[in-house]
Amino acid sequence: MSESNASATRITPGNALRPEDIASSSAKPTAEVAEYALRLGDDSLILAQRLGWWISRAPELEEDVALGNIALDLMGHARSFLTYAGHAWGKTEDDLAYLRREPEFRSAHLFEQPNGDFARTIARQLVVSHYQFELYSRLVESTDATLAAIAAKAVKEVDYHRDHASQWVRRLAQGTEESHNRMISGLTLTWPYVEELFTDDPLIDSLGDAAVLPSTLRKPFDALITALFAEAELQVPAVPGAIGGGRHGCHSEHLGYILAEMQVLAREHPGATW
Amino acid sequence: MTGGSTTGDDGAKAPSTGVHEKREPWPLWEVFVRSSRGLSHVHAGSLHAPDAEMAVRNARDLYTRRNEGVSLWVVPASAIVSSDPDAKGQFFESSQGKDYRHATYYTKSDGVKHL
Repeated sequence: MSESNASATRITPGNALRPEDIASSSAKPTAEVAEYALRLGDDSLILAQRLGWWISRAPELEEDVALGNIALDLMGHARSFLTYAGHAWGKTEDDLAYLRREPEFRSAHLFEQPNGDFARTIARQLVVSHYQFELYSRLVESTDATLAAIAAKAVKEVDYHRDHASQWVRRLAQGTEESHNRMISGLTLTWPYVEELFTDDPLIDSLGDAAVLPSTLRKPFDALITALFAEAELQVPAVPGAIGGGRHGCHSEHLGYILAEMQVLAREHPGATW
Repeated sequence: MTGGSTTGDDGAKAPSTGVHEKREPWPLWEVFVRSSRGLSHVHAGSLHAPDAEMAVRNARDLYTRRNEGVSLWVVPASAIVSSDPDAKGQFFESSQGKDYRHATYYTKSDGVKHL
């Protein structure tokens, strides 16, 4: 907007980094950075699709909007990461989101876990938001300028997601007996999928300072969760880690259903717009 | 397929006890937003929230989605005391016609400059 059109009262959308800016940029990631961006993008894309289910189903209208907002933030991060990754292969964000098959998705298993009841969704949000906050607050120093820019935008948003999840964990844990039991049940179902998030592998090793080593995030993650749980009088569930494999395209039975719903329109009507 | 969303699941099912207490609706809060160029908070609307902390968060989600604000106030709707709509006459009509309460009623005295 030019200065002459600027008005004292008009509300502007602001000028944060948008996926469209990345699409029109000539920055091209290396093959390894593209693979890494695909992982980060797929995590957010799959969770956004999961969270969208809550709209009209949350405990109150206000919570529909809160979860919907979080889903849209995640969708924005996914669009940025996938757009950037696509530059390496001449593909668009839509090509990557709608036209890949299940084994080509690189999301960790946590993101495709069922919504369950509200407490289970909050448990998943708690883990995801704390993990992503620790990740993005370090990725802002990536040697890859585009990854750093996406992280700088995303970190403020996941900071809010972190707060949202923590508020609810406190309330559910210390609410009624029913909400307390549901919170514990939600955390117990979620915790086996925590380990995969913090596992290093050769791709990450090859990226050096362009990426963040997942294993380095575990300590700060645990510290924050331990502090919150102490306050909410919860225990970290003593459950073994599940077998991962999402980063290599081995997914649970859930992802296929998510993709079927997410991709059906694009596959039935290629190039459809409205 | 059994109909409905495939990405949804057993979210609607209650686990374990099956106890369904009748839940009180969340209380109502009034929301005031100060825009970046505004000097004061302006009433934006209302919302439901279980407590004050969540009310501020819900206000953020509902009333500042489009970059509208830099500060939020929430007030329990029950804490607001309003004038009686049936008492309009005694409350608000008495000030009508009292033009001596407006500066324009008075004529400027000679010799007063810069007024």
